Amino acid sequence: MPIRVQVDDFDVGAEIAALRKGDPRIGGIASFVGVVRDLNEGATVSEMTLEHYPGMTESALEKIVAEAKSRWDIYDALVVHRIGRLMPTDQIVLVVVTSAHRGEAFQACEFLMDYLKTRAPFWKKEQTQQGARWVDARAVDDAAAERWN
Amino acid sequence: MKPNDSRLRTIQVLYFARLREAFGRDREDVTLPDAISDVGGLAELLRGRGEPWSRELGMGKAFRVAVNQDMADDATAINPGDEVAFFPPVTGG
Repeated sequence: MPIRVQVDDFDVGAEIAALRKGDPRIGGIASFVGVVRDLNEGATVSEMTLEHYPGMTESALEKIVAEAKSRWDIYDALVVHRIGRLMPTDQIVLVVVTSAHRGEAFQACEFLMDYLKTRAPFWKKEQTQQGARWVDARAVDDAAAERWN
Repeated sequence: MKPNDSRLRTIQVLYFARLREAFGRDREDVTLPDAISDVGGLAELLRGRGEPWSRELGMGKAFRVAVNQDMADDATAINPGDEVAFFPPVTGG
């Protein structure tokens, strides 16, 4: 279960190719890419900085992937999350799930993102025209994670 | 072992994101009074410092706590040598 936290950008095609390489059991691959928007809560965002809790971040992501593997019949999962300074249109996060069939892959991929957003210790700080501000957690993300309980 | 040796009752406290900025530090060593044995007690001790601690860790302020890098709550035990982190609700992804 590969987990990576990194400053550098990632290549979605290369990541998927590496995850599925040489595994003929795989019949479907679901992926999600999170991207920086230029608008949040009505303000124009010029850049953002992602902070995290080294050590806990990796163990939290590993637990989330292990939970997905225990709930769905999937072969493997990859989570790559960027930290540091990011600009609008930049990629932030990648989740890829491989499975025999699409249903399990889609569900596990959505579950991984919902849990990541509410349980992995990352924090976004946005730079807007009104100054810098920490992004507030959203109730809608908590609700999305709770539907898997 | 000397039971009153302060080194035996020391924990490391970490702060992240908004709390790190509000408190002007990302970590500190805290010596636990004998009466404090859980997360709720530690938060109360920190609130007792006054502003900005009392405000940022006060009622109605959303914050999370992890003990040794696992999510915790007020009842989670704290032991000497532990790493206790205070941070806002997470906003990754």
